[in-house]
Order: sequence, then structure tokens, then C-alpha cells
Amino acid sequence: MIEVQHLSKRYGPFTAVDDVSFRAESGEILGFLGPNGAGKTTTMRIITGYMPASEGTAIVAGHDVFAQPIEAKRKTGYLPETPPLYPDMTVREYLTFVAKIKGVRKDIKGRVDEVMKKTWVADMADRHCGKLSKGYKQRVGLGQALIHNPEVLVLDEPTAGLDPKQIIETRQLIRALAGNHTIVLSTHILPEVSQTCQKVVIINKGKVVAIDTPDALTQRLSGAVTMYLQASGPVDDMHRALQNIAGVVRVNVADRKDDSGMFEVDTEKGADVRRELATTIVRGGWGLLELRPVRASLEDIFLSLTTAETATSEPAAAEEQEVAGA
Amino acid sequence: MRNITAIAQRELNSYFSSPIGYVLVGFFALLFGYFFYAALFFFEQQSMQAGMNPTQAMNINQMLVGPTFMNTTVIMLLVFPLITMRTYSEEKRSGTIELLLTSPVTDFEIILGKFAGAMLLYAAMLSVTLIHMAVLFAFGNPEWKPIATGYLGLLLMGGCFLSLGLFISSLTKNQIVAAMATFAVFLLLWIINWLSGAVGPTGQAIMQHLSITEHFDDFSKGIIDTKHVVYYLSFIAFGLFLTMKSVDSERWRG
Repeated sequence: MIEVQHLSKRYGPFTAVDDVSFRAESGEILGFLGPNGAGKTTTMRIITGYMPASEGTAIVAGHDVFAQPIEAKRKTGYLPETPPLYPDMTVREYLTFVAKIKGVRKDIKGRVDEVMKKTWVADMADRHCGKLSKGYKQRVGLGQALIHNPEVLVLDEPTAGLDPKQIIETRQLIRALAGNHTIVLSTHILPEVSQTCQKVVIINKGKVVAIDTPDALTQRLSGAVTMYLQASGPVDDMHRALQNIAGVVRVNVADRKDDSGMFEVDTEKGADVRRELATTIVRGGWGLLELRPVRASLEDIFLSLTTAETATSEPAAAEEQEVAGA
Repeated sequence: MRNITAIAQRELNSYFSSPIGYVLVGFFALLFGYFFYAALFFFEQQSMQAGMNPTQAMNINQMLVGPTFMNTTVIMLLVFPLITMRTYSEEKRSGTIELLLTSPVTDFEIILGKFAGAMLLYAAMLSVTLIHMAVLFAFGNPEWKPIATGYLGLLLMGGCFLSLGLFISSLTKNQIVAAMATFAVFLLLWIINWLSGAVGPTGQAIMQHLSITEHFDDFSKGIIDTKHVVYYLSFIAFGLFLTMKSVDSERWRG
């Protein structure tokens, strides 16, 4: 279990993390989503006890990371953005060393073998860490985080730099681990969140923009549903008729052929106009070929959540800066 | 304690899993051997003259072992920055510092582990010189006690350099910067008493006291003066304390 409350981190006048609160239950995978520089890494570093926060508390597996750092760290496994490997150690030596400093006391050798098997690095056990490929490095890094079987796993961009096959495998591994561990993972790749996480925290410029399940987030934005409609008949007549329906905001002709058209119908939030759309087409004597809602993808949500603000406020600021610069 | 051992062991292994450890020990042995041979040659000439003039007393400890130990401090001055430069800088550069600082070990355990690792490497370097001492015992009759105190002095003095080097390494990511700064500070501490004439009697006493090599003389003569032991130990403790503060402040600054 991880509980973060009103966490802030300031470097002089710069605020990297601003009043961030969230909670991950045991066995849950929480996705930390945000563009580069949003404060993901800083938040994770605070949770793992790498650096203290300026304000707020973080409780990991029942221990406050500031008041009881050693206890909290004993229950946390952390994979930083670059796997913290010693290039001159072999994988086995490295994991053995990590097991020792993470407080594994019994059967270190057995534990190392188990973790190497779990993260598919056993075939490289006696290779130096510095000579591994990026994918292997990442997996050894993951093994390092798992070695003391921690309650909480914090993974900073665990799939960055892997090839597609490795990404799929790593995600599978993370999902498989979820039952026994609470996992926080950060990413700026959206499909990763919908595929692996039960909860998403979207963070931008140090602030939490949204916390929800991937499905609910999709729903929330798809409150204003876009309908996809394909019908046969004179395109312009159909276009006009559709626009006159109450609850329809805008009709966009996506594609037109001689005798049929494809429309994107933006509707008001909460209004279900499917019935009206269908009857309008049928009453006009045209042929309804297809009608379905277009779900806003997480990608859209992400973009709208993180760029909505910038779209309105940023250009003005940028212009001012340019003027000042000139 | 287990954490300290694990970290010290890793530090020591890291020296010997790369050429660094072998190069350091090897060239240290070469230089020490040269100093030893030069002192031996000088001693031989002196004793020939003494043979003609029996009133002059010959002491192998004072004339051979003592000067060789003093010369060894020159090697330390040059070599130690190379030992300590990577201790923290390398971890910061490669990101492994994140592993250490997020592990259930205290900063102090990490620092002690690193210090112990460097001390062990230094001890390995010194242990090579035992061969030369064995030669002395085989062909002459030196006293073992001044030799033992000499080694104790060398270890303590090396500890000072290493703890200071550790601190300087903790300040930067750049190994060259760490090495150069360490070398400069070592050298200043070594020759700080050169200016003692210019600063009045009180300043002179302070400078004499600060000079690292001043405290070594008595050890090479076979004297264990608590004054010097306290100086070296407090110097080591101060260096480790500064390192701890530096690591701690690094945390806050990120």
C-alpha cells in the first residue's frame, strides 16, 4: 500500500512537484502518466526515500518514508530510469550484492537464481553488466528491484528502450507480479497504462490532473461522445438534416463518395442521440449503413488533459517571452 | 555491519575487476622498491665508511626504514587521489548512487563501507612492502617495533588522505575534478608548514599541527604518541563526517 498526501518538492523558486496526493492499494498497479519533466521521477524518488519532500507525507507499506526510512526502504523495490548497474560486476555478483544490502539474510543464492529465472536473465548470469544489451540491463534492473521480495515496487519507465517483444514480456511480468506487490510505474507511453494499470494518475507540471481507472477516464471524456455514422444518399442533404437534430454540436464530413457519406457527429455531453440519428436517416429515405460511438482513446484524454491548459495559456506567455527576448 | 562488509567488499572487488587495482598495487610496489633500493644503497655506502671510522653508530631503522617510509608518503600523495576519485563520482555518474540511497542502509554505513574498501586496497598495497622488510630481517638485524609503528603511522596517515579524498569525491560527478582537487588539498596539507615562519608564533604552532607529515615522524622512530594518534583519528572522523554532510545535502538539493 502506498499513500501519498500533499507532496511537494521545490528547488529554490522552481516547483517540481506540487501538492500531489494519491493512493495505491495492495496488489494494485498504479500508472503514473505524464509528459517528460512532469515530476514523475521526482515523485518516485521521494516515495523511494532517495530524496526528501519539501512538504507532505508518503507512507509506504505502513512506514512513513521520512520518519522510518530504513523500514520503508526494506519494503520497497525501485527501478530508476537508468538501471543502477555496476558495469564491472557479473549479473550474479550484482544481484548477490543487492540482496545483501537490501537485507536478504537467508538463502541469498537461491533468491538470486529465482529472480534471474523470473526476469529471464539466467542465461546471462556470468556476463558483466556493462556488456549486456539494453533489454537485459532493464531486466537485471527489474530483478534488482524484486530481489528482497518487497511489498511495494516503484518502476520508473520500465519499458523504455526495449524492443516490442521485450515490452510485451515486461508488461506480462509486471502484471504477473501485481498480485503480491503494490506497483507504481511511470510512463509516457499511453497504451502501457491501459494495458497494465488498474489506476491512472495523470500528472503535468508537477500537478495531478486526473486520477481514475483507465476505463473511467475514457468514459469521462467520452461523456461528450463522438458518433461515427455512415449512410447512403446525397451527402449534403444528409449533412444538413443531421445538423438540425437537437443535441448535435457539429457534424463533420469525414469522407464522401458518390452515393454515400461518412460523418463524425459531435454530441453534447450526456445527450444520447443515436435514436434520433437513425430515424433522421431512415425518414429521409436514405440508407443507414453504420452507426457507432467513437471512444476517445486514452491518448486523446492524455493530450486533452495535458495540453488543454497549455493551448490557452502558453501562447500568450511564449509571445511575451519572445518580445522580451527581442 | 553486514551492510558495511557488503559495500566494502564490492568496493574492493571493483578495484580488482578492472586493471585499476593491479596498476595501483603494481606501480606502488615498483616505486617503493626503487625508494627502498636507493635507501639501501646509501646505507651500504655509509656503513662502509663507518667500518673505517667505528665511532659512528649505524642504525638500520633510522637510516633505512624511516626514510623509506617518509618517501612512501610521496607515493601516497600521488596515488591516493586516483583511489578515491571514483568512490562517489562514479556512482553519481552511472546512477548506481540511486540504488545505494534507496536501499535499507544508512548513509554512514555506505561511507564506512567505501572507506573500508579503500583502506583494504591501501593495506594490500602496503602488504607488498613486507617483502622488503623480510629481506632486511633475513640479512640484517633491524628492530621490529619501529617498523611496526611505522606501518601503523602509514595506515593512519593513509586513512586521513582517503577520508578527505572520499569527501572531495562526494562533491562532484567528474572524476578528473575529484582527482585534481584531492591532489591539491593533499599537497597543501603536506607543505602547509612551509609558511609557518610567516604567520607568527601562534600561527606557526597551528600550521605545524595541521601538517599531515609532521605527525608521522615519531611513528617512524618507533614512538606511538597519543597526540599524533588522536590527530590522525580525528582527521579521519572529520573527513567521514564531511562526506556524510555532503551526501545528505546532495539529497536535499536533488
